[in-house]
Amino acid sequence: MADKIFRVNMTNLTTSVEAVPAAWAGHGGRGLTSTIVAAEVEPTCHPLGSKNKLVIAPGLLSGTMAANSGRLSIGAKSPLTGTIKEANAGGTAAQLLARAGCKALIIEGLPKEDKWYSLALTPEGVTIKEETELVGKGNFTVIETLAKRSDAKLGVLTIGQAGEMRMGSANISIKDPDGGLRSNGRGGLGAVMGSKKIKFITIDPKDGKVAIANPEKFKEANKVFAKALADHPVSQALGQYGTNVLVNIINESGGLPTKNFTSGQFAGHESISGETMHDTIKERGGKVKHNCHAGCVIQCSQVYNDANGKKLTSGFEYESIWAMGADCCVDNLDHIAMADKLMDDIGIDTIETSVAMGVAMEAGVLPFGDGLGVCRILQDEIAKGTGLGRIIGNGAGSVGRAYGITRVPVVKNQAIPAYDPRAIKGIGITYATSTQGADHTMGYTIATNILGVGGKVDPLTKVGQVELSRNLQIATAAIDSTGMCLFIAFAALDNAECLPALIDLINARFDLSLTGDDVVNLGKYILKTERTFNTAAGFTATDDRLPEFFYSEPLPPHNVTFDFTGEEIDTFWDF
Amino acid sequence: MQITVKLFAYFRENRFKIEMWEIGEGTTVGEIVDKLNINREEVGVLMLNSRHTEFTVKPASDDVLAIFPVIGGG
Repeated sequence: MADKIFRVNMTNLTTSVEAVPAAWAGHGGRGLTSTIVAAEVEPTCHPLGSKNKLVIAPGLLSGTMAANSGRLSIGAKSPLTGTIKEANAGGTAAQLLARAGCKALIIEGLPKEDKWYSLALTPEGVTIKEETELVGKGNFTVIETLAKRSDAKLGVLTIGQAGEMRMGSANISIKDPDGGLRSNGRGGLGAVMGSKKIKFITIDPKDGKVAIANPEKFKEANKVFAKALADHPVSQALGQYGTNVLVNIINESGGLPTKNFTSGQFAGHESISGETMHDTIKERGGKVKHNCHAGCVIQCSQVYNDANGKKLTSGFEYESIWAMGADCCVDNLDHIAMADKLMDDIGIDTIETSVAMGVAMEAGVLPFGDGLGVCRILQDEIAKGTGLGRIIGNGAGSVGRAYGITRVPVVKNQAIPAYDPRAIKGIGITYATSTQGADHTMGYTIATNILGVGGKVDPLTKVGQVELSRNLQIATAAIDSTGMCLFIAFAALDNAECLPALIDLINARFDLSLTGDDVVNLGKYILKTERTFNTAAGFTATDDRLPEFFYSEPLPPHNVTFDFTGEEIDTFWDF
Repeated sequence: MQITVKLFAYFRENRFKIEMWEIGEGTTVGEIVDKLNINREEVGVLMLNSRHTEFTVKPASDDVLAIFPVIGGG
């Protein structure tokens, strides 16, 4: 079936299905959400007001048999950063939306009445219904209740209490194949959905299928592509240890931000490491491997059980474990898992919230290392929307302002993730220049700075870092448009067959003849489109900087600072 | 002279996490990897005192050598 734009107007509660404008036809995923936000959202608008729009788009290859193509992009103007935003995640929704013939779902306006709603999307269009039962409930209750309401294997997008309360760290959660959750985590997109009073969205493609222009070519390309992914040693390590395999290596490199970014090494690293987690999962009968969407050949997710062998959390990621662990000095993996589950349920970004907890610990709100205290604050303060809960729920920058703290690790008000930019300088360029605030996934220089994937660039010198970050940010923007998981990049950087096979997949799906240059140009177009939006929203080059303390406080053990001048950072945009 | 050797991920299987090793002057990182029966091609990252290093480098007394397979995440 031909892809369409599905549009929902929450001001007058109407919906429509429209033809895809020619200018949008070649886009998917992040390329499409950013194109639509740039075309339809006033850059100076209030992110929680009537002029912001929430745009949801599967990737160019979502819903096909292509391996690892199940990522869903969601975009808007971010209430956390004030910039344009795209966050993507796995789960079943991208594939089901594509099969329903939805190229993008655009949600605009704000309801006039103080009521909550749900959206149900099928190939025929979207239906808006009032929702009462699930208001105020966590994401797991939403998933369980919807499973009882319908027999169909619906895709679900949902917000928890944090989204309802329009907190700057609120995320949008996507149901995974086993009723677990994956999160479009960063930038407060859940608050935008909450501002539009939408508690959840269901997706039922009925018997819809994605049309492939050239099925034989598609099959051939997918074979090469899937093999390149499955054979790469990084994919294999990700399956065995999950992303948390990184705790020990980043700690060893001296770049693991610890105790609110005051050290690059954490004494308790071994007890929260991927190796320990792997052994614990096996001992307790959890699942070492788990896929967040059908067709994933890497399976970096896992199911982590408690000491009694009962599921505690899934999709237990390095970033969450680092943030709650090293940054907050919590060395008890069970406490971190409890916090992870609570954050999934409340619908709040694990990176932003945990870094905010680290700042709160520095402010004396609770002691460093108090994992159970973190869980209490999540349950009793954030989920209930107390004053303290809202301060922390609005992110690390919010906590820093409320308590007068200067060591606040944010760029454009978004928390810096799990790699210290003083000891791993390439990622500092990514944090500074990203169009969306500090975000490692925008240009993952760790691959080359630390892991030796895609070549080697010394993490402790300035040489080559701007170029590395630029090339990776361009490539990432393109990959984020395909619906592919970013972890294909490890194979793409090392295996010469991988990227051409990916381009062949897109060509076979749409009967195109794209080349590698086209893909690079797509990446550049996306970055420039996003930056143009930010400039019109009031951002300047001086916003592309790290907080002052990174320039003035040396980080042990290497005792290094971030030493790029503003002029050096600004050369990032010379393309 | 003595150095500390640390292993990570599946390199630990049937080996160890951390050990003190007595090595002769002039022993290279590569020779230590060989002695561990680790295939050099499986080695992703080598660090000496938290800095990236190479097979040809000769550790000094009290150095800490960390040996990782090819790994990634994010």
